[in-house]
Amino acid sequence: MASQFLKSNRTGWLMAGPAAFLIGMFIILPFVFAIILSFTNQRLISPNPTEFTGLSNYRQLLSVATLTLDPIKDAAGVMQKAADGTLEYPAIRSFTRGNPDFAHLAGMREWFSFGWGESRTYVLARDVVFLTALVNTFIFVLVVAPVQGALALGLALLINQKMRGINVFRTIYFMPVVVSIVVVSLLWRFIYDGDSGLLNNLLGAISFGAIPRVDWLGNPNTALGAIMAMSIWQAVGFHMVIWLSGLQTISPTLYEAGAIEGATKWQSFRYITWPGLKNTAILVLIVITMQAFAVFAQIDVMTNGGPLDSTQTIVFQAIERGYGKQDISGGSTISVILFVLVLSISLFQRWITRERP
Amino acid sequence: MKHLTIATGALLASVAFTTLAQAQTTLSMWYHGAGNEGEATVLNQIITDFNASQGDWKVELQSFPQAAYNDSVVAGALAGNLPDILDVDGPVMPNWAWAGYMQPLQIDETKIANFLPGPRGMWDGKLYSIGLWDAAVSIVTRQSTLDELKLRTPTLDAPWTLEEFNGALEAAKASGKFEYAFDPGMAWTGEWYPYAFSPLLQSFGGDIVDRSTYKTAEGALNGDAAMAFGAWWQGLFTNGYAQATQDPADRDNGFAAGKYAFSWNGNWAALGALTAFDDTVFLPAPDFGAGAKIGAASWQFGVSAKSQHPNGASAFIEFALQDKYLADFANTTGLIPATASAAAMTDNYKEGGPLAVYYDMTNANALVRPVTPGYVVQAKVFEKALADIANGADVAATLDAATDEINADIEKNGGYGH
Repeated sequence: MASQFLKSNRTGWLMAGPAAFLIGMFIILPFVFAIILSFTNQRLISPNPTEFTGLSNYRQLLSVATLTLDPIKDAAGVMQKAADGTLEYPAIRSFTRGNPDFAHLAGMREWFSFGWGESRTYVLARDVVFLTALVNTFIFVLVVAPVQGALALGLALLINQKMRGINVFRTIYFMPVVVSIVVVSLLWRFIYDGDSGLLNNLLGAISFGAIPRVDWLGNPNTALGAIMAMSIWQAVGFHMVIWLSGLQTISPTLYEAGAIEGATKWQSFRYITWPGLKNTAILVLIVITMQAFAVFAQIDVMTNGGPLDSTQTIVFQAIERGYGKQDISGGSTISVILFVLVLSISLFQRWITRERP
Repeated sequence: MKHLTIATGALLASVAFTTLAQAQTTLSMWYHGAGNEGEATVLNQIITDFNASQGDWKVELQSFPQAAYNDSVVAGALAGNLPDILDVDGPVMPNWAWAGYMQPLQIDETKIANFLPGPRGMWDGKLYSIGLWDAAVSIVTRQSTLDELKLRTPTLDAPWTLEEFNGALEAAKASGKFEYAFDPGMAWTGEWYPYAFSPLLQSFGGDIVDRSTYKTAEGALNGDAAMAFGAWWQGLFTNGYAQATQDPADRDNGFAAGKYAFSWNGNWAALGALTAFDDTVFLPAPDFGAGAKIGAASWQFGVSAKSQHPNGASAFIEFALQDKYLADFANTTGLIPATASAAAMTDNYKEGGPLAVYYDMTNANALVRPVTPGYVVQAKVFEKALADIANGADVAATLDAATDEINADIEKNGGYGH
């Protein structure tokens, strides 16, 4: 049966061959390598032989532990307070460095902490930077995917009409997609400049100087948001075109029928346009999610993961470690973790958007 | 018909060219300065002179943009495709030598006896690379600023102490005439951080890694001296003396525009500063307790391990070490010539020249960055730690984390051969 399948599709296989070969050579093979390397201590440059190290790379990246501390009390049992009135706790450093009673915490670092009555629980991690990158990437995806998808749909609806000069608008919205992300990032670095940037000047002008100048990329609170806004703007045109193609597959007769029935604009969107766009929506959602997980160039050009790790992302860390710090095994491990994440999320998205009988 | 003539001519010329070249063995060479016309002119002159000076070797140059150069060498090495002669950034050399990309030079050490220490690339007791120039960093300011703030002019023998340096920043801030008192160069991310700022840490008595063994950073990067340095470094920003994120344009023009009282900058920017103000002065690095220190070692020439003709490659490098070429490079690039006799041949570095002070500084205060294959990683860790501290991260936790990361890397690499 299988041979029959192969034989009768000979032309098909022949035509798919070159693409299949390239994908195998440059995507599947390197990925198999990445999985293998993630269990070794492979370096980019090293005369030392490669050794299998089991799961140590994964342990290094993902280890977390908790430590609950009571406030410092003096001899009389009175709790010490700092100058600002908050309770004082023993230094984390005294547990994580050279403390044989807490050997399992050696080399760990505070990730975050929360109060619990008087005592305070510290979540310690072996690789705080990677976990921060993981969280940042999730925030990035959770904001960018819906916002970019919705904005792109809005733009597609706006430009999906017969009007003179509509192609001008289509071109304008699509333009950022054609420009290299590196160039766009460089330009936006000037726009976000804390001193003389366009955005600060604009905000200052419309508020008559009431809005203070913000160092958008230099402030840990605004840096990730600034990069998200720029990323949404840059790629929104691409998804607009996909939405547009979906819109144009919807038969105009449906709208005519709707109009005859007296449907309002909202009703015809809700009951004709949206159901007709279902497959497009799935595509757009999955594509944006995958692209957002791979965010790299913006970070590399604009912030290098700073300030204070507020813009670290998974792919940036993979490349920073693999090439910058010559740790190919560490970079590979991050890539494998990213692959598992994106695969499970895509399968989940597929499952919730499946055809229900 | 005309085309045919040209084509025939070209053919004849190339035949003649190859016949001529057959007598000489070709040595390939990679250089990081693509796009820099001045450097290319001098280097091409050296190559032309060398090829004409003897009949055995013929050097062929291939230039790369600096940003892509190190990646190209690593990729070339992994593909077994390195040239005979390559140039290498001084602190990176031990990494490449340890990885087996380079071999020791066949140059007699007496030939470089009069060279500054920075340009000599020593690893494992052998000379692997040699530079034609070095670079130095100084505090750039104006004599009028010093007079106005009533500050003592520091000298190499009596540099500013920590109190004097802090006092100078405070006085500049209090004068209200500057946007920021100090411009450390935060916009120049990358190698600038370890190159320019690790000497400040070393002046406090700390270091990126413990140089007695090169097996650990414990105590060097997170000891008392390093903690004092970290607190002082953070203070630069919390006290409002300097800005943690800087517009690259301000780095380039801020001092000339009068935004900063003091700028921590290299000799390559010195001529620009002199053009901006007549009374620009270059002050030596301050002494924070363990002696005044500035970074050393710039780009250098070496021979790749796989070269079939290391004697020819070394012959070329030795040929390039002549004072006249050192002076040519210094005149075109503004960098410090590697010997005193070459310095005397240049306009800027000769006795009484406007930049001669830099030659003295590098002679007196230069300290190479840690000579270890692990430096490549340690530099990145150090850069991130300093950026984080400048942005307000906890000093002790940040330096501890940096120490752990460096130690883990050393361990992962089996001690890097030390």
